[in-house]
Amino acid sequence: MTAPLSHIAPAERARSTSFNEASARTRLDLLLDAGSLVEFIGPEQREVSPHLEIFGLPEQFDDGIVVGHGRLGGAPVFVAAQEGRFMGGAFGEVHGAKLTGLLRAAREIGSIPVLILLDTGGVRLQEANAGELAIAEIMRAVMEARSAGVKVIGLIGGRSGCYGGGGLIAGCCSALAVSEAGRIAVSGPEVIETNRGVEEFDSRDRALVWRTMGGKHRRLLGAADVFADDTVQDFREAALELIGLIGPFGLDRLKAEQGRLADRLRRFGACQDAVDVWTVEGVAHAETVPELPADQFIALADRIGRSSRDAR
Amino acid sequence: MTSWQNNRAARDARIAAGAGLAHGKVVEASDATRLLEAVIRPGDRVCLEGDNQKQADLLSRALLAVDLSKVNDLHMVQSGVVLPEHLDLFDRGVAKRLDYAYSGPQSARIARMLFGGKIELGAVHTYLELFARYFIDLTPHVALIAAVSADRDGNLYTGPNTEDTPTVVEATAFKDGVVIAQVNEIVETVPRVDIPADRVHFVVKSDKPFFVEPLFTRDPAAITEGQILTAMLAIKGIYAPYGVQRINHGIGFSTAAIELLLPTFGERLGLKGRIATHFALNPHPALIPAIESGWVRQIHSFGSEVGMDDYIRARSDVYFTGPDGSLRSNRAFCQTAGLYACDMFIGSTLQIDLQGNSSTVTASRIAGFGGAPNMGSDARGRRHPSEPWLKAGAEADPDSPAPLRRGRKLVVQIGETFGDKNVPLFVEKLDAIELAEKLNLELAPVMIYGDDVTHIVTEEGVANLLLCRTAQEREQAIRGVAGYTDVGRGRDRSMVAQLRERGVIRRPEDIGINPLDADRNMLAARSIKDLVRWSGGLYAPPSKFRNW
Amino acid sequence: MEDLSFHHPVRERAGGIRQSAIVGVVASGNLEVLVERVLPDAECAVEIKTAAMGFGEVWSAVIGDFVERYSPGGLKFSINDGGARPDTVSLRLAQAVRLIAGSDR
Repeated sequence: MTAPLSHIAPAERARSTSFNEASARTRLDLLLDAGSLVEFIGPEQREVSPHLEIFGLPEQFDDGIVVGHGRLGGAPVFVAAQEGRFMGGAFGEVHGAKLTGLLRAAREIGSIPVLILLDTGGVRLQEANAGELAIAEIMRAVMEARSAGVKVIGLIGGRSGCYGGGGLIAGCCSALAVSEAGRIAVSGPEVIETNRGVEEFDSRDRALVWRTMGGKHRRLLGAADVFADDTVQDFREAALELIGLIGPFGLDRLKAEQGRLADRLRRFGACQDAVDVWTVEGVAHAETVPELPADQFIALADRIGRSSRDAR
Repeated sequence: MTSWQNNRAARDARIAAGAGLAHGKVVEASDATRLLEAVIRPGDRVCLEGDNQKQADLLSRALLAVDLSKVNDLHMVQSGVVLPEHLDLFDRGVAKRLDYAYSGPQSARIARMLFGGKIELGAVHTYLELFARYFIDLTPHVALIAAVSADRDGNLYTGPNTEDTPTVVEATAFKDGVVIAQVNEIVETVPRVDIPADRVHFVVKSDKPFFVEPLFTRDPAAITEGQILTAMLAIKGIYAPYGVQRINHGIGFSTAAIELLLPTFGERLGLKGRIATHFALNPHPALIPAIESGWVRQIHSFGSEVGMDDYIRARSDVYFTGPDGSLRSNRAFCQTAGLYACDMFIGSTLQIDLQGNSSTVTASRIAGFGGAPNMGSDARGRRHPSEPWLKAGAEADPDSPAPLRRGRKLVVQIGETFGDKNVPLFVEKLDAIELAEKLNLELAPVMIYGDDVTHIVTEEGVANLLLCRTAQEREQAIRGVAGYTDVGRGRDRSMVAQLRERGVIRRPEDIGINPLDADRNMLAARSIKDLVRWSGGLYAPPSKFRNW
Repeated sequence: MEDLSFHHPVRERAGGIRQSAIVGVVASGNLEVLVERVLPDAECAVEIKTAAMGFGEVWSAVIGDFVERYSPGGLKFSINDGGARPDTVSLRLAQAVRLIAGSDR
């Protein structure tokens, strides 16, 4: 009936596979050069969470994150991919340690880029302290790797978005690529509503959630440098593009980033809604941005959107 | 002297009592409760328009606020018990007796109130059945309806959600009843006249648009591999061999999967134009890819669906539209069409027993019937032939001479052997029977009777009940597709094997389907956004379905 | 959590040469199946950790049918279950066999 998957060329599979829907392992499989993924601490090693059993919760053999190395366009890369469906992709002790270890290995080698496919709601509640520590360790490991000359790239387009500590880690990366479905923030919609009231933020108004935290807004603001359509192939191309774009990292960069963020606050701090931000940025008919197809949006973003290329 | 026009005189008196609050026919929203107090008498039969989609919500709040010394003990005759206010009326004593058809979101509370004796229940009906009784023994004294706009004379425009309104008004206005409409706006000229002014006695201008629920939108992102497999089995195992063109689909994810597989899986099977061309169906978005791919020739609708207005307007070759361009739906006509002019009903249910009876009632919920029992039953009054109808009839009764043999409508139950929270679809005894015992009902609320069901499709295969010759065969055919439920594991393996030999049970491999091929990549649309793309941007989904 | 374990004699060895494969994810109504080629050719084992208690009989039936149908000799299946339905379990097991047989790559 349907052609068996084995008869379909890898690039074709990557083009027809939704990044958002795919599992962490499938994302990596199709993102990297065919057959090049090698996992570190794979599921057969059963390095599971030491905490979940206490709560009567099922474990996952890889604790919800795949780490390893492979090739992208022929060149070596380190990769990590969170599984957003296992406990919302949340960071626990083992999960976090796998990513920290990968980043430290990258720092030691110094020249191989790291791709992090973030798909997370933040810290795993059941291992809160270990999870919080993991976030801090990862942020530090990202900065140390970058100081050693490693390009660290975040790719965000999963179901769980990139929230909580994941949002902080994303902020530490050299560059980000994001799709429309990807959301990046620290406090999630429900957290904001709980703390500040439904008048401040209605978490059930999905259009509001997406225009405030979604990929298009993050791209126009310059928080993400590349906007990807929701296919694994598009994220592959985005990763290749970003590896080519990222410049050296040092104190000057951090100062430039501080300046960029201060400028952003000055320009948009009074805006009530993302549509106001886009209008200030000079987008005509800003209210139609959420409806724009990917190609039209990318053209718009390339023309008007900001970039953190000289900062970060 | 005998008078033969007492009812008309009474109606005129009611209108006169309300006229003081009106300018012409128009009454301010703030006077709505006073209007109802003036017009409604204790014990009246009142139809408070509540369908499964649009709601006369302002009038239901107004009715709830009446002075109980003026209005009480009403007999509510309405198709949908949907808003909390609909039941608050009984808590407060405004209403006492209830005849209805559907109670979706209020199904748990209505069960509690029935147990607690707060409601005197007439009966739970199908839509068509309740509409029929409006004209015989449940004719409303007062109808409280909802429309989009009215002109000063009282001509009403209902918009795409016409739904029950013409039927309710017909029964009320022509039998000396009073019709009160809430409208979103008063206009110079209505876009089209759905209800002529001489059937409308009062018009209340609402401060906000009436509530409409996007009830039939299924997000393709939530369709599972299991649902895709059952959909493939249905298309290749039932739609194709019977050549079914005229169909009513249920509203579950399995039938949404079928709709999304037509342009991909169906296309590859060469079925375009041979199956699924005419529908009695709400204009839900899952059908957009099949429409855009040229599969669907015509759709008549019970109601509308939020976000579909512009798409429908632009595809008037497919939908029924008025001179203004917008959809005209009509629940009574569409139910009739589903009953008499469709060759197949296919839908999901919550429980199926060993005889094939099915029900959506569980021990604590009485959701009502809606339209499924009409759509999902053989129309004994049908007289026109069609290929699938004759073929099904011949399978059920191969020995009768063809000219005297009744055809059969295909009534297909589709579902996975375990539903939400691993609750089994197949049971030894329906919860509905237990409920009937507890409430002393004379009839258990069975959605579709077993003798109307022709096929059951699960991930384990297709059971063709038309080919069963004994009750025992029928039971084993059902057990044979019941998977690992208790009912399924209780099968007689040798008998099930024999039934498979005879083609009564067909496994995926018998139909030429590999379960491992059931992949979400086969869906013509995998997200709401894909549906928007297919529609060329004409479909505007409500915010709750967006992830952009 | 409940631990279940099944051992079955098997007619023939499973196809392919891959040493291990993994399918699925631990989520509500879903499960992961790790399959490893570590047993003698005429044996098959299935180890299950499940969040849903008291379904031993159903698991036994599902695993029995699976072994009968696919003859996965030499394979050990380790399952982390988030309360998946039996049809989902059957599907994942079949996917695991297909993946380790290597027809997918």
